[in-house]
Amino acid sequence: MPSASHRPTWDPFRAEAIIADHAQMPGALLPILHALQEEFGHVPEPAVPLLADALNLSRAEVHGVITFYHDFRHDPSGRHVVKLCRAEACQSMKGEHTASHLLRRLGIDWGGTTPDGSVTVEPVYCLGLCATAPAALVDGEPHGRLTPESLAGIVEEARRA
Amino acid sequence: MNTAPISPIRLFIPQDVAALAVGAERVVKAITSHAAADGTPITITRTGSRGLFWLETLVEVETLAGRIAYGPVNPHDVPGLFNAGFLLGGAHPLRLGRMEDHPWLKGQTRLTFARCGIVDPLSLADYEATGGYKGLRHALAIGPAAIVETVTKSGLRGRGGAGFPTGVKWKTVADTKAPQKYIVCNADEGDSGTFADRMIMEGDPFCLIEGMSIAGIAVGATKGYIYSRSEYPHANRTMRAAIAEAYRTGRLGADILGSGVTFDLELRVGAGAYVCGEETALLESLEGKRGQVRAKPPLPAHKGLFGQPTVINNLISLATVPVILAEGAAYYADFGMGRSRGTMPIQIAGNVRHGGLYETAFGVTLGEIVEGIGDGTATGRPVKAVQCGGPLGAYFPPILFDTPYDYEAFAQRDGLIGHGGVVVFDDSVDMAAQARFAMEFCAIESCGKCTPCRIGSTRGREVVEKIMAGREVDANLVLLEDLCATMKFGSLCALGGFTPYPVLSAVRHYPEDFRRRHAAAAE
Ligand SMILES: Cc1cc2nc3c(=O)[nH]c(=O)nc-3n(C[C@H](O)[C@H](O)[C@H](O)COP(=O)(O)O)c2cc1C
Ligand code: SF4
Ligand code: FES
Repeated sequence: MPSASHRPTWDPFRAEAIIADHAQMPGALLPILHALQEEFGHVPEPAVPLLADALNLSRAEVHGVITFYHDFRHDPSGRHVVKLCRAEACQSMKGEHTASHLLRRLGIDWGGTTPDGSVTVEPVYCLGLCATAPAALVDGEPHGRLTPESLAGIVEEARRA
Repeated sequence: MNTAPISPIRLFIPQDVAALAVGAERVVKAITSHAAADGTPITITRTGSRGLFWLETLVEVETLAGRIAYGPVNPHDVPGLFNAGFLLGGAHPLRLGRMEDHPWLKGQTRLTFARCGIVDPLSLADYEATGGYKGLRHALAIGPAAIVETVTKSGLRGRGGAGFPTGVKWKTVADTKAPQKYIVCNADEGDSGTFADRMIMEGDPFCLIEGMSIAGIAVGATKGYIYSRSEYPHANRTMRAAIAEAYRTGRLGADILGSGVTFDLELRVGAGAYVCGEETALLESLEGKRGQVRAKPPLPAHKGLFGQPTVINNLISLATVPVILAEGAAYYADFGMGRSRGTMPIQIAGNVRHGGLYETAFGVTLGEIVEGIGDGTATGRPVKAVQCGGPLGAYFPPILFDTPYDYEAFAQRDGLIGHGGVVVFDDSVDMAAQARFAMEFCAIESCGKCTPCRIGSTRGREVVEKIMAGREVDANLVLLEDLCATMKFGSLCALGGFTPYPVLSAVRHYPEDFRRRHAAAAE
């Protein structure tokens, strides 16, 4: 997964190209939103009118879809993204304790980004790693049986890389 | 120096994301570099997982005596394994012998998961050598009506949660005339404690492709979609590669296996909304809209994706179809109890020593699953609660451990089997906090269509918080019951309608957890 620092800033031509690549698919909006977020690290606001035009939707409809889904970010993330599971199996293995440790250490809340822009921590509800709980995806790589110490180490390593 | 070519020794190491999560990649690196330094030629085949996650990373070596397993292997074990001659099956404290003889696998009946963890998931040669496409070939030979009849007779019920007979659903779509029909695979596996869909996508993706193709032939659908989750990037990668391989080899597209039948298949990925696992919300999402639940009727079988007749089935339902077609309806129906026929991949998770995927005939008791197969908690403390069937499922206390794993038996105790998740908690869990979470989760994930679900869940969380703070506990418990009743009867789908089950089961079975602060406050 590319880190956000290497991601291009908003580029309407690139966005148009991504939209055009998918526009013919039935039900194209979600695949396009994923592709835009992959490219820009979030779904930039100026993409909304482009999407509305290409898919023959109102801006409100496009906006409604973007806000419905938890995945789509309105702002750029930090250079590293920690998706930390908050669901029951991870709770049973003290996942909330491990999570609050990390958040306190980074001085942020759920969904927040550290002031230096290096780390964003997002909640997820189950990664299918429930038998090796608690679990997280750090820049897309899975980690299980987390403890406050191991999670801190993984995040520090990512930050240094 | 002997320059005769030595054939490399074959190793099998899982690439399943749960193995990766505990360091499989580092184990692969350590073994590869050690073998290179020794000048020993090896090849490593990456497989799915056999589902014994406490033994990951599980390393298997092909020897004359079969595949000899070692586990759990950590990178620092690798030099010792080489010293012990593990490439020839040598003795070592981590040596497990042949996995076929391992009691945890021997006790299972693996029908849907027969290949998972054994084969190279992207090798069609492996797939066909282990019975792959036997079901589809038989399906082509007997034709649509007989396929539907076979699936009906097998007694297969939907593994996504509701347990609806799969054959009946297929018949409805088969009998509906339309220019285009669809097969949709629900792989939006959002329940905590479940990973069966994920394991098939990572470990045996052709099995799903075959099952969906058979469904297409049965009902006359030429296009299929798999709706997976963004939380499963690894599974999605393997699934996409398998689809590409199936197209490349004429197993998808026009004229599959030279039969003249067309079946196209595409993977789509959700965007972090639990409610999109509900079938009509999923269809909305596939159409590119907000994942809001549709009122039924019309049924998806009549008006589904893009308004066309649609079979929507859970991934496990579809991945079980090939073995039913290959071995016959009776073979499958012979397993199980009552109206729960066949096998269920039970996923044992959370605070449990032996967590993983255990496929077995229906009828095993919950106690056998948790205490026997799961071997109790990982922390070694007593079991306090077990949540079955995901976030909308009830919490079971140990006094209900005699409940047999069966759709009806669970329903009788206000529980559900759902997608087969079993999440174990030890005695440190605060059940009031779990009840609060159930309400909070409903509030976060509500699609917003019904007031009892959207507003009731937020109110419910507040009420539980008041109880947890010891404020007017009796009055608030009554209020909580009322709220739950409103949600149960005023919700369009099971998100709002079933959230009361975990909440009320917590209240009923663990009243002391709701009165702790009350008692403390009264002192
Ligand atoms: C809130 C909610 C979430 C659901 N999530 C899933 C899911 O992740 N996977 C699934 O197969 N079914 C899920 N279902 C059940 C589906 O609506 C539907 O019953 C199922 O896909 C039908 O397939 P089956 O008959 O093969 O089980 C969910 C239902 C609700 C109400
Ligand atoms: S119960 Fe909740 S999730 Fe289901 S349709 Fe109503 S508002 Fe949507
Ligand atoms: S509950 Fe955390 S990974 Fe499933």
